[in-house]
Amino acid sequence: MTIFLLRRVLQSIIVILLVTVITFALLRAIPGNPAIAILGPNSFRNPAAIAQFDKQYGFDLPWYSQYWLWLRHLLAGNLGFSWKLNQSVASLLGTHLPKTIFLVGISTILALLLAIPVGVIQAVRRNKFIDHFFNGFSTVFYAMPAFLLGILLILFFAIKIPIFPPEGPQGEGLGVVFTNFNALVLPIISLTLITLALFSRYMRSSVLDNLTEDYVRTAKAKGASERRVLIRHVLRNSLIPIATLLGLSLPGIIAGALITESVFNYPGMGYLFYQAALNSDYPILLGITIVVAVATVVGSLLADIAYAVLDPRVRYVSQ
Amino acid sequence: MSLASVPPELPDPENPSVTTGLVTTYDTEIHEPDQAVEEAAALPAGKPRSTFRRGLEVFLENKLAVTGVGIFVFMLLFCFVGPLLYKTNQLTVNFANEFISPNGQHLLGTDASGFDVLGRLMVAGQISLEVGLAAAALATVMGVLWGAIAGYFGGVIDSVMMRIVDALLSIPVLFLAIVVVTLVTPTKPVLILVIALTSWLTTSRLVRGEALSLRTRDYVQAMKVMGGGSRRAVLRHIAPNAIGTIMVNATFQVADAIALIVALSYLGLGIRPPQQDWGGMLSDGIQYVNDGYWWLIFPAGVCIVLVISAPIFIGEGLRDAVEVRLQRR
Repeated sequence: MTIFLLRRVLQSIIVILLVTVITFALLRAIPGNPAIAILGPNSFRNPAAIAQFDKQYGFDLPWYSQYWLWLRHLLAGNLGFSWKLNQSVASLLGTHLPKTIFLVGISTILALLLAIPVGVIQAVRRNKFIDHFFNGFSTVFYAMPAFLLGILLILFFAIKIPIFPPEGPQGEGLGVVFTNFNALVLPIISLTLITLALFSRYMRSSVLDNLTEDYVRTAKAKGASERRVLIRHVLRNSLIPIATLLGLSLPGIIAGALITESVFNYPGMGYLFYQAALNSDYPILLGITIVVAVATVVGSLLADIAYAVLDPRVRYVSQ
Repeated sequence: MSLASVPPELPDPENPSVTTGLVTTYDTEIHEPDQAVEEAAALPAGKPRSTFRRGLEVFLENKLAVTGVGIFVFMLLFCFVGPLLYKTNQLTVNFANEFISPNGQHLLGTDASGFDVLGRLMVAGQISLEVGLAAAALATVMGVLWGAIAGYFGGVIDSVMMRIVDALLSIPVLFLAIVVVTLVTPTKPVLILVIALTSWLTTSRLVRGEALSLRTRDYVQAMKVMGGGSRRAVLRHIAPNAIGTIMVNATFQVADAIALIVALSYLGLGIRPPQQDWGGMLSDGIQYVNDGYWWLIFPAGVCIVLVISAPIFIGEGLRDAVEVRLQRR
């Protein structure tokens, strides 16, 4: 178990290092001269100033030294500086990230709470009407572009029947989310439906897989009722992969949040990323990419650890 | 889109209990003897015939899957044959004709530039379908080769190759695509390449899982004893025998690739005007959501939902067809 943990942690560190290499390569692939971009378009007349800038910020170093410098800053928590917004990426994330975590967190929990019963019902009533119904439902929401879903929700529940505001809560800080929770209902519904579509399919196949396992037959042979087999044996085992699912689907959910936040004008991390993409504000793009990637790697590490704790078979195999 | 980075069923190669989700079954099927003889007479020798036929039967029994094939074929005909039958002017802007509601002449009305919406749907669909299919094909080839090589060699090579996949997989596809598209002008070939480069990862993980078990099979060992190289092993034995997994995954790739172009178009990072794909039409259309121009929104929306749903239904039918455990229930 300890060896398994150590190996997984080591793997995760290597993966995170690889992510920084990829991100750094992208950073270097960006055309243009940072000195001119920051000092202004007329600065090319002044090579001394450019040389001074390059020297001060390390742009005169070879690429591996630049990578090392960048990595050291990254480890110190310096994610870069947005010259366009004149603010450090870390402080921008400080104001935007909590909002995304709040939105994604609530939507994921809601989606999970709905996906478990839906998936179980679908698996038990496989190829019956209710299975096809939910299958069609989840496929449509999987296939529907996130922005169309958001716009339709706004059209019906903010314009036609004005129950909710068409925009997410505005303003600095996480406090507005609580004072103006009404405005967050539509974004949450939107993201929950997308995530539910993803989770319920997974849950269905997880339950189906478990229904064919030997222990189900054993439990039935011992005289356990269908209901007991389903809840005590199948459901408990089907829930184990949920840990992995959560770890793996984090990038997908965050990408969904990007679109949802743009539609509802909700100033979270996805919205920040989108605006940065439109403004070619690369330090923000890369800073957020690193944060999301690290969160995903750590998430799947935790998921694997949880998995190893919950499922003894994993431990035996890894030894 | 945006859910593209995780397909509905994603077995984790790290834990074997999930990995067994997709199994190709050519050597484990048991057949009625007389049926096998009949089929052997009807089909050329050397093919995995009876399993194939049983798989086909399972697939055809799945009404959703057959519907999916129907929808997809219809969409292909609509986009590529449709313009030959329903001729419209998609080249010159005519503001005198803007926002005409559907009538006998313009079956789905016209848009802000005076283009006929039905004709526009056909032309835009060509781009969506071409990019989606080409990107999915390219991603599948890349993923299969990468995964088969990693799984076949195992050891250090496998570890290095899979850690690269892990690293890329932890960056949201949409994020990666956005960064790349802001670096280069998004033309059709560029979009195909960007989408393929960001979506081969799940395929490679699945194929690697298959390769890990396939490389220990007797026929691969026998071939190695006879002096076959690893190139032959990967291309002739590992990849073909993982074909079930690959096909199922490829159909999901088509759906995710189309979803990704749609999302990029909405963000203004997709194909550039004057060309347009369905995502571009839809995101243009929703600007008029308050004006009641429903024909600018719903036709494109329905096309997108249908063309993404169809491969998903097909993929699920295919999975049932290659999944022996479900067949036996």
